[in-house]
Amino acid sequence: MTVEIIEKAEFEPNILMFACNWCSYAGLDLAGTSRMKYPVNVTIIKTMCSGRIEPTFVMKAFKDGIDGVIISMCHEGDCHYMDGNYKTIRRFHLMNNMLESFGISKDRVMMVGISASEGAKAVKVITDMVETVRTLGPIELGAD
Amino acid sequence: MAVVKPKVAFYWMGTCGGCEESVVDLAERILDVVAAVDIVFWPVALDFKKADVEAMEDGSIAVALINGSVRNSEDEKMGKMLRKKAGLIVAYGACAHLGGIPGLANFHTREEIFQKVYIEAPTINNPKKIIPQLETEVNGVKLTLPTIYNTVKKLDDIIDVDYYIPGCPPHPDLLMGAVQAILSGNLPPHGSVLSPNRNMCDTCPLERKEDKIIMKKFKRIHQIIPEEGQCLLEQGVMCLGPVTRNGCDAACMKVTMPCRGCYGPTDEVEDMGTKYASALASIWEETDEEDVIRMVKSIPSFAKMVYYFSTPSSILKRKKMEVIP
Repeated sequence: MTVEIIEKAEFEPNILMFACNWCSYAGLDLAGTSRMKYPVNVTIIKTMCSGRIEPTFVMKAFKDGIDGVIISMCHEGDCHYMDGNYKTIRRFHLMNNMLESFGISKDRVMMVGISASEGAKAVKVITDMVETVRTLGPIELGAD
Repeated sequence: MAVVKPKVAFYWMGTCGGCEESVVDLAERILDVVAAVDIVFWPVALDFKKADVEAMEDGSIAVALINGSVRNSEDEKMGKMLRKKAGLIVAYGACAHLGGIPGLANFHTREEIFQKVYIEAPTINNPKKIIPQLETEVNGVKLTLPTIYNTVKKLDDIIDVDYYIPGCPPHPDLLMGAVQAILSGNLPPHGSVLSPNRNMCDTCPLERKEDKIIMKKFKRIHQIIPEEGQCLLEQGVMCLGPVTRNGCDAACMKVTMPCRGCYGPTDEVEDMGTKYASALASIWEETDEEDVIRMVKSIPSFAKMVYYFSTPSSILKRKKMEVIP
């Protein structure tokens, strides 16, 4: 699906957040049930494990007009599948290296550990990311 | 009355000439090909001119095999002309199929490349700092050159391509198979890659000696003396076999060289570079973030390595340019 950016007087970033089922999504759930407020700029996709998130997904997101991506996972040692989040760490840094070669700022991607009890942290992470990407401006890829 | 043989054209674009060489690699089988078809255009070997092809009726060539990436305006013009003249277009070789090694130019701009090639290269002697111009006058005659594009494209970015033959260069058996399929009319669906849709590791002659591959350190092939017969990933060499299509008869691995991915990904995979990053992340054991960053930094030009043959067919296609011309 192509995400269209609606031209506005002020730029509103489009943020995509991948959240793992066992820690991060539960953390986001907690933020919701606790009625915490967070920016509407974020779209959340649940995956069973952060280890499922491939660099392909992130590149495709950028291609389709997403301005920033958050990959959130369990804290180190807490992964429901033992070592899924360690794979995420390695994938993330390999991907960062590739994004740099394509001229995409590494501030547009973020990897963070959010546990099921950290609703407030989830809200802070999203708010911070929206502000960071707002200062970076809309995503620009290589022209044809 | 002589039997009318199907007409075949070969053309080269932004390429090294290795694909043409692979046609000659058919060896004595080339005689069977020549007996069955009529070659009407082949700039590297036969003396037919562009005007000869232009004079032909549209659709009169049965098949045009085009190798090379679309590097300049001349390539684009010729590609579009051959599309009109030929019934079938076959993208022949890694450059036409995926963008190939010339596609690595997409990590730079045209200006950077001109600067490096014509001014900064240690082997160049160019005191007047002359770089190629589109037009120049010599003794009152105006000479022109095609425009080099900033972005290298693959063949199907400019024209509709019917079939792809992968490889740098393609295995002669693939060409022979394609010629036989076209002559017999027994063709696969439009847009197929005429090579097995299986993974390289499937046919690799190297063997895995351990239960689980664990890379302790990333090495390049010139840094080690590889153990013969053992999987190169196990030996710490970054081999692109896990994300590459087979069909080349594992030519590199037979001589203990790592796969570099010239056959491109299988049909299910969109971007082989990101897939390789995914796969690579599963076969080392560092868990501490600082160690991971150190390991990643130890790989020189990771993006160029994984997109060695496929930058123009990757999801992001090229580096963001500061000034868009």
